[in-house]
Amino acid sequence: MAATSTTVGPAGIDWRPQALLRRLRSGDEIAHIITLIFGATILIITVLLVYELWIHSAPSRAKFGFHFFYTSTWDPVFDNYGALPFIYGTLVTTAVALFLAVPLGLGAAIFLSELAPPKISAGLSFVIDLLAAVPSVIYGLLAIFALIPLLRSTIEPALKTYFGFLPIFQGPIYGVGFLAAGLVLAVMTVPYIVSVSREVLLAVPADQREAALSLGCTRWETTWKVVVPYAKTGILGSIFLSMARALGETMAVTMVIGGTNQISASLFAPGYSIAAVIADQFTEATGNLYLSALIELGLVLFLLTFMLNGIARILIVLTQRRGGGVAA
Amino acid sequence: MKKTLLVVSLCLGLATVVGAQTVQLNAAGATFPYPIYSKWFDDYHKLHPNIQINYQSLGSGAGIRQVIEHTVDFGASDGPMSDDQLKQAGFKILHFPTVLGADVPSYNVAGITGTLRFTQKALAGIFLGTITKWNDPEITKSNPGVNLPGNDIIVVHRSDGSGTTYIWTDFLSKASDVWKNKVGTNASVNWPVGLGSKGNEGVSGLLKQTPNSIGYIELIYAVQNNIPYGDVQNSSGAFVKATLASVSAAAAGAAGDMPEDFRVSITNAPGKGAYPISSFTWLLIPAQIQDATKRKTITDFLRWMLTDGQKDCEALSYAKLPAQVVVKETKAIAQIQ
Repeated sequence: MAATSTTVGPAGIDWRPQALLRRLRSGDEIAHIITLIFGATILIITVLLVYELWIHSAPSRAKFGFHFFYTSTWDPVFDNYGALPFIYGTLVTTAVALFLAVPLGLGAAIFLSELAPPKISAGLSFVIDLLAAVPSVIYGLLAIFALIPLLRSTIEPALKTYFGFLPIFQGPIYGVGFLAAGLVLAVMTVPYIVSVSREVLLAVPADQREAALSLGCTRWETTWKVVVPYAKTGILGSIFLSMARALGETMAVTMVIGGTNQISASLFAPGYSIAAVIADQFTEATGNLYLSALIELGLVLFLLTFMLNGIARILIVLTQRRGGGVAA
Repeated sequence: MKKTLLVVSLCLGLATVVGAQTVQLNAAGATFPYPIYSKWFDDYHKLHPNIQINYQSLGSGAGIRQVIEHTVDFGASDGPMSDDQLKQAGFKILHFPTVLGADVPSYNVAGITGTLRFTQKALAGIFLGTITKWNDPEITKSNPGVNLPGNDIIVVHRSDGSGTTYIWTDFLSKASDVWKNKVGTNASVNWPVGLGSKGNEGVSGLLKQTPNSIGYIELIYAVQNNIPYGDVQNSSGAFVKATLASVSAAAAGAAGDMPEDFRVSITNAPGKGAYPISSFTWLLIPAQIQDATKRKTITDFLRWMLTDGQKDCEALSYAKLPAQVVVKETKAIAQIQ
């Protein structure tokens, strides 16, 4: 091996002491190393998290295998565990939340960035960021005292009367249930959609708007056909962020979902979500199998989030190919 | 500022010189007795400033786990440890009853303001889902003269694991063989019917909002919040209202055949005045404590808890231990080596 090749690293970095010292002095190398460590830390934390969940769920995985995913009994007395009602509840409440939060959030973001006078826009944005900072237990309490009585006495009977032909609006009315949890989650996730979407929309270059207007577009046509498509990727990103939030939300959902492990087509019915059942039962769980089944639920939630995020990424790539913009 | 700092540091210095060896004990477990435990540990610290007992109310399950894993000096639980758990521990763990608790049926039925009376069959049937209407004969026969509506019963239970649920399901297991074989006794169970809500406050909140509902809450919670509750039929057939006296009576009724290790369920205890949905709550203490100072501190505390400590119970609405149990426990303290 030649003497010169030992002093130059494989990546083409000059490893001679003087050169290294010079690079260190200029700060580049230090910044590189520090940010590398930070970046690696995030990866390591994620890997460790999965590893721990995997190890501690071993007894439950060994006993139930794939049955865990499609059976619906959850019985701590006879040590028989299946996660299907919780997976169902998590997906349904998240779907309800997004169904309500996306139009609301996007509409508010468009108003704030495109139509509202700057002063009002700044003021309202401040209020929306404030909403995102409210602790979830407060949302849960408000739901118990204000939302649920309203749901039971007014909203759900009305839905039943006018849309009762749909299976999702049938059955007895309790107030608590999938709809209540979905509504609370919608309120909690709207600020994320508004806040991020607004930033993205504001980042759309002014010449895009000017070009559209000069071609004779109305203001709304400019917004809907030019600005929003340009910011599509960023808006989708905000929706996925709020979806992740809805999937993992624990406290508020636990308080209003009704705590019943059943699968029901009706949104009025009580149910359970993965995060809620873990929060409810972990402290009093005794027995190895019970504990490991709860930990496996954590693993399932992680996988669910992972899969939905993967689908989200694919969606983003697809929309970009179809000729969307690249903002944010 | 400087002056106060000086005074504080002087005091601290004095305390370490004057005070005997500082002893710090860590404990964790049940949430139900937390109010009285925190008062006891606080009072005991005032009596013996060098002794500090930290209690974390993480739940009975966590209390049992932590005592098995030696991460605390002692634990606390609302349900006795099972034989499996004791075997799993690999060392001897003693149970010491501290106070008594009880569950009461609370309900919200349109037009009913007085106290309803429930037979054991009625409660088991309601929670099993076999009794579905308020005017079911099993409910009306024990409530003559009360005009019960024909509405569907909405059952509300705890969604979080809790000692309250343990006591309730333990009672239902004794009241009904069907319940015992189908559902069983635990801090959380596979409920046949009903809505779940978190904590006593969640259950009572949901009951208040939901017409024609019934649920169970802790006696203390009901008393402190003035929530009305029903009478329950006991093993001798009498309908008993839950009070501190009737709960203590249940413990006295069970004291006769109290096993040596105190692991006993007193739901459905004998005795005319005994309230049937009562239970002890226990401290879990390792039988072998290596550290002599800690051993002495724990045994001294137990003696104090059984005498002076019991006087605090009623102010906080806990039923106190009957005299026979106190005598028996005082003897058992010698088992801590």
